[in-house]
Amino acid sequence: MENIRLAFQGIWGHKLRSFLTMLGIIIGIASIITIVSTIKGTNEQIKANLIGSGNNVVTVQLYQADHIYDMTYQGIPDGVRPIEESMRKTLEELKGVEQVSFYHSRNYSDSVYYQNTNFNGAMYGIDDAYFQVNGYRIISGRKFLRDDYNRIRKVAIIDTKAAATLFGGVEPVGEVLEIKGEPFVIVGVVEQTNTFTPTINSFSDYELYADTSTGAVFIPDASWPVVYRFDEPQSVAVRAYSTDDMTVAGKLVADKLTETQISAAAAAQGDSGDGEMDEEAPMPAGAEPSEINGFSYRSENQLEIAEQLQNMSSASNQQLIWIASISLLVGGIGVMNIMLVSVTERTSEIGLKKALGAKKRRIRGQFLMEAAVLTCLGGILGVCAGIGMAELISRANEIPVAISVPAILIAVLFSTVIGVIFGLLPAVKAANLSPIEALRRE
Amino acid sequence: MILQLTDVCKDYNRGKTLVPVLKHINLNVERGEYVAIMGPSGSGKTTLMNILGCLDVPTSGKYMLGELEIGAQNENALAEVRNKRIGFVFQSFHLLPKMTAVDNVALPLLYAGVSQKERRKRAEEALKAVGLEERLHFYPNQLSGGQCQRVAIARAMVTNPELLLADEPTGALDTASGDQIMEIFQQLSSQGMTIVMITHEPSIAQCARKVYHIRDGQILDGAFTKADAPGELGGDGYGEA
Repeated sequence: MENIRLAFQGIWGHKLRSFLTMLGIIIGIASIITIVSTIKGTNEQIKANLIGSGNNVVTVQLYQADHIYDMTYQGIPDGVRPIEESMRKTLEELKGVEQVSFYHSRNYSDSVYYQNTNFNGAMYGIDDAYFQVNGYRIISGRKFLRDDYNRIRKVAIIDTKAAATLFGGVEPVGEVLEIKGEPFVIVGVVEQTNTFTPTINSFSDYELYADTSTGAVFIPDASWPVVYRFDEPQSVAVRAYSTDDMTVAGKLVADKLTETQISAAAAAQGDSGDGEMDEEAPMPAGAEPSEINGFSYRSENQLEIAEQLQNMSSASNQQLIWIASISLLVGGIGVMNIMLVSVTERTSEIGLKKALGAKKRRIRGQFLMEAAVLTCLGGILGVCAGIGMAELISRANEIPVAISVPAILIAVLFSTVIGVIFGLLPAVKAANLSPIEALRRE
Repeated sequence: MILQLTDVCKDYNRGKTLVPVLKHINLNVERGEYVAIMGPSGSGKTTLMNILGCLDVPTSGKYMLGELEIGAQNENALAEVRNKRIGFVFQSFHLLPKMTAVDNVALPLLYAGVSQKERRKRAEEALKAVGLEERLHFYPNQLSGGQCQRVAIARAMVTNPELLLADEPTGALDTASGDQIMEIFQQLSSQGMTIVMITHEPSIAQCARKVYHIRDGQILDGAFTKADAPGELGGDGYGEA
């Protein structure tokens, strides 16, 4: 207790010197707090942007090697069967899965016209569950009926964006779209219920989040072969019960599909063409990541993308933290230097105290405490400066900043530890002074 | 016998050579004695003082403080002896400039583990005893030299030591203040305090009951004992002249 009081007295007695000594620590801690706050803020924003847009939906798609298998330019993949309706129940019983929807898709439709206007949006061939899984609601007209599927009716639903690009205010329901020469009657307009708008700070954010598509046209999956092909394998939209379930649910569905859709087909194919099988290494059962004939179903959810982005931004900032730590080291050396000067200056005080009966331990404690209090104060000031700086940055660049409480506690603790480490040498030196030598010096 | 030096030698290393500073010192001080040790500078009197004050240990020989053999003690034990059994008064006071008089006086009690309240009470009493009850919260630079030395005496006495060691206690003071200090010493002596004082001023040495002379690290034979009442000068060859 006495030592703490003495330490504050000593620091207060040399205000300017103490402040300059602390400066290294202040700058180091302030930079670390600023960097950590910026990383945390950016990460939280990335997560909010991606998760917020997703309704807990994971997309499971067919991959060849490491790329999504694009039906636009490639033929029907060998040995991959279309997903049958009976799979729905199997998949929905998997852990974390609430509902699934099977659908065909083209990212860029070709030959879709309304009168003379060409439509360049996306095309979907959807099942009954699609709108529910992906969170669309009908705002005009009707949804697809049983009969639309059973009778392979040429009907279409468009989303609000497509309505805007194609019809510009005119009521689209009842109008006819020409898809690859086939007339499709528009029966409804849907809108995504999720009105989340991502925060966009940079060009890369824009590329990532901004919905640049010109809208989407939906037709019943039964009618898909009318304009495209028979037996195209579908993609699956998986709605998970919660955000935390997304990764697991997506992976389970993907693995199940790979196992059932592809292995069965490959086995069937193996009967007919043995020669082809010899060239490829036999796939061990249950191997992970399961990939058969180069094909696999894989999930890609927003959470994983968020994590990847977060890792990227953290990795580059982690190096900044190391650099900032060097300034802490320099600050520590500065503290040691000043403490050594202080020991020399106070030789006679130390000698007197020893003559009056102060033991080594007490002298050592006094100087250690002074160094620790000094750097702890520096740490606290550094945290304040860091928070201020982070706020400033967030105002100036509109980068979100999240103050991390654990980081603050660690910073203050760490700076105190630096004081103890770098105060040790001066303190031991002071404690080992011989009282006669010390008293002799005036 | 409170203090007994038997054949004490002290050598210092000066580069490669050993310089003997104290040569076979024999000295006994009885409880309640008031002793002065006189000698010119370089005679080894400060070294003797350091050894008596347990700030240093002899190279050879035996130093008994009461029943305790000082040469056999470790550093912590010596710190305790200095704290509890010896009071120091220095030529240049050695007060801590950033502490008030009462805090300075209370300092040794802190090392003795006395509680804050008790420390304050005893420090105030000690300052009262040297006539500074009105200067309790003054800082050393607000006090005169004589007052500073009285604070230092209060600090030396606050732990109720068995031995008061004074190293040129009047060396930095004018005559009037010096006389005041000597008066306090007389008073302490009459209360039964054992005092060992080192000085080179004969007039100050006169105040003691017994005077030893030290020269070239040796105590000259025979103490000059003063049988008369303290304060009476002359008659033993060490008058004002």
